[in-house]
Amino acid sequence: MPSFVINEKCDGCKALDKTACQHICPNDLMVLDKDLMKAYNCEPEMCWECYNCVKICPTQAVEVRGYADFVPLGAAVTPLRGTDSIMWTVKFRNGTLKRFKFPIRTTEEGKAVPDGGFDTGTEDLKSPVLFTEPGSSGMDSIPSLK
Amino acid sequence: MADFQTKEVSTDLLIIGGGMAACGAAVEAAYWAKKNGLKVTLVDKAAVDRSGAVAMGLSAINQYVGLKDGENTMRDYLDYVRNDLMGITREDLVASIARHVDSSVHLFEKWGLPIWTDEEGKYVHEGRWQLMINGESYKVVVAEAAKNALGMDNIYERIFITEPLMNGDKCVGAVGFSVRENVFYVFKAKSVLVALGGAVHVFKPRSSGEGLGRAWYPPWNSGSSAYFTLKAGCEMTCQEVRFIPVRFKDAYGPVGAWFLLFKSRATNGLDENYMQTRADELQNWQPYGKVKPVPANLRNWLMLLDVMEGKGPIFMRTEEAIANIADKYKEDPKGYKKKMKELESEAWEDFLDMTISQAILWAGMNVAPEEAKSEIAAAEPYFIGSHSGASGAWVSGPEDLQTPETKDEYFWGYAHMATVPGIFCAGDASGASSHKFSSGSHAEGRIAAKAAIAYCVDNPAEPTVDQSVVDDLKAKILAPLDTFAKHKGYSSDDTIHPEYILPKMFMFRLQKIMDEYAGGVSSQFKTSKALLERGLYLLDFLREDAEKLAAPDLHELMRCWENVHRMWQAEAHIRTILFRQETRWPGYYFRSDTPGMKDDWLAFANCTWKNGEWVMTKRPVKYIHESM
Ligand SMILES: Cc1cc2nc3c(=O)[nH]c(=O)nc-3n(C[C@H](O)[C@H](O)[C@H](O)COP(=O)(O)OP(=O)(O)OC[C@H]3O[C@@H](n4cnc5c(N)ncnc54)[C@H](O)[C@@H]3O)c2cc1C
Ligand code: SF4
Ligand code: SF4
Repeated sequence: MPSFVINEKCDGCKALDKTACQHICPNDLMVLDKDLMKAYNCEPEMCWECYNCVKICPTQAVEVRGYADFVPLGAAVTPLRGTDSIMWTVKFRNGTLKRFKFPIRTTEEGKAVPDGGFDTGTEDLKSPVLFTEPGSSGMDSIPSLK
Repeated sequence: MADFQTKEVSTDLLIIGGGMAACGAAVEAAYWAKKNGLKVTLVDKAAVDRSGAVAMGLSAINQYVGLKDGENTMRDYLDYVRNDLMGITREDLVASIARHVDSSVHLFEKWGLPIWTDEEGKYVHEGRWQLMINGESYKVVVAEAAKNALGMDNIYERIFITEPLMNGDKCVGAVGFSVRENVFYVFKAKSVLVALGGAVHVFKPRSSGEGLGRAWYPPWNSGSSAYFTLKAGCEMTCQEVRFIPVRFKDAYGPVGAWFLLFKSRATNGLDENYMQTRADELQNWQPYGKVKPVPANLRNWLMLLDVMEGKGPIFMRTEEAIANIADKYKEDPKGYKKKMKELESEAWEDFLDMTISQAILWAGMNVAPEEAKSEIAAAEPYFIGSHSGASGAWVSGPEDLQTPETKDEYFWGYAHMATVPGIFCAGDASGASSHKFSSGSHAEGRIAAKAAIAYCVDNPAEPTVDQSVVDDLKAKILAPLDTFAKHKGYSSDDTIHPEYILPKMFMFRLQKIMDEYAGGVSSQFKTSKALLERGLYLLDFLREDAEKLAAPDLHELMRCWENVHRMWQAEAHIRTILFRQETRWPGYYFRSDTPGMKDDWLAFANCTWKNGEWVMTKRPVKYIHESM
């Protein structure tokens, strides 16, 4: 059952205009049952276990149970994603625990500047030089056959 | 007909898709559009923050040439791609991407993607062309720049692009529907940039229960690029060049770090290294067999020969690789401990950044890689022209990268424009330019977007759309909802009905045909003329039954059209394998009736769907390399 929602923890994102898990799933799998105000994965066999619903849920209501057709039961992999890093807890079937922490970005969220601070090297729409080049390439010019 | 509102959006450049190529296109197009007073609109079936093949993240940037520091030359990259694809490659396109890819990578770094650096501040390589990254948020960061460039007002999410909008032979936009509300969308544009990704689930996956979705390639890319360009009348190339990755078995975790970084070997059930025991076989595939690294499809082939002889399972010798590393630290137990800690974290991050399922599988099986080896296997076939496959539309190269010999053949006015004027392609949507990966797809999106804006400036006429065409498309696209509404309730179980077929069963039928007749996993990737012809015969019935697809809701309506898109990708594939009368990539597919490579097939096998017919064309391979 790839991703699943823990009833007790899901509040249906009642404070938001759309549920976070439904907003993010790249495969349109998460659905809110409006009567129960609980989300569920409507097509677990089409889940990629990408964990985007897990990472985004504000109440940590979504978890993943490895695909039952080849993963022995008992393992759990749990992320905690912050603004600049992610913490992973890996629980083995035999109870072994491993923790890893990795950076996820070096800039403040939302602040990516499209030109990356590189100047435009050409005004010519027909030239192969792109709008941040040659600066962003680190070279004086773009190679050609000529 | 189902009650749907129609919304019309008029724009100059329409970018369809929101993945790596589309995000590259967005930043570049925004700049040139602003200068020229044009409008750019982007449409994605999902949320751009986490859509496409990079939705989960990646642990490496697979294309970085290192031109500025002289690490490699463009020529080195052309050599690598030419050999890996057994000679079938458009070098003008590969060079076009290679000269801009580093530039995209440097932008990613500025935008906030953590790229590993060593003590001297140099990028850490996984292999010659690959850079190590902390890539959990790779897509988020790249999408952020695209969103900041275009503005959210110009980005439409959760709209499934279904069909090209045509006015005779000219493409004047695209139509689709919202998967959130009953709205049919008509996007009118002067130029369309196609970046809808590749295709998975055309072939039956190895796991078909809960694990059905665990293909190596994400289940949400369903052949929409191929469908869109085919239906618009574009010439297509390399539709036979599928990709079959060898990965950790079942969860499809990446093997790159183990092979490249930790120098691990793979051995069969008898502890033999097939790369050694089968080395002679490489003689049959010269000149490519003697190249280092051995082309991906030939490495697959040597392994498959063992598997076909019953010599599996095939193992990645993680325990041996780690023992070898330990050996180097014999005199330095402290250093060893530190190194092991580093390696452990690198190995797990490789999974956690891009294939979390593999981490679950290892944890579920209590795998300690220093103690136990892990199984690897060939996955089912995928269509991903940006990776080590090559399928996509046939596009023009840039003018300045042509030689006098290639110019007539490979250049027609605008860089990365398809054969239908105004349609541009990038990433998985454009063919014969493999090994662009995430970074090269982004760069190609940028190149194509700049050219597309130039096209809009040169061709300022407003697109004319025939209302009857729109009405027909709307009726056709919504038909599965009508079919369901008309017939539901007849049977006590609405999933089984004599008058219709639901999209999942339709997909299973397609997968069974492809698996058994077109060389899927269960036929050990082997096929022949007779099998392919039988496959086409069965596909005919499927195409007829596509008229009877039924959808109870918007989500299922999307599933219906995804599977129609897959079916077209499948037919282009079968027809092209049939057309190419040789076996050139034995580890991708093997035609048992034409088992070897033939000199007269050092050529592109192209196809076009025109007036209801498939037209097959052989085009010459011409390198730009010697003259560089
Ligand atoms: C498992 C895996 C591992 C990989 N590892 C690496 C790696 O380590 N390093 C590396 O550099 N590259 C890697 N790649 C390759 C890289 O991910 C691709 O080359 C790249 O994503 C291709 O870009 P694209 O824009 O063509 O497609 P994608 O990025 O897949 O984008 C396709 C877009 O189209 C949208 N879409 C699809 N159909 C429709 C439709 N009908 N209507 C509207 N929108 C639609 C999708 O939502 C998505 O936004 C890997 C790929 C996979 C699958
Ligand atoms: S994001 Fe979490 S809380 Fe919100 S609906 Fe989904 S599962 Fe429930
Ligand atoms: S894990 Fe990914 S594919 Fe599965 S439901 Fe969550 S977001 Fe969707």
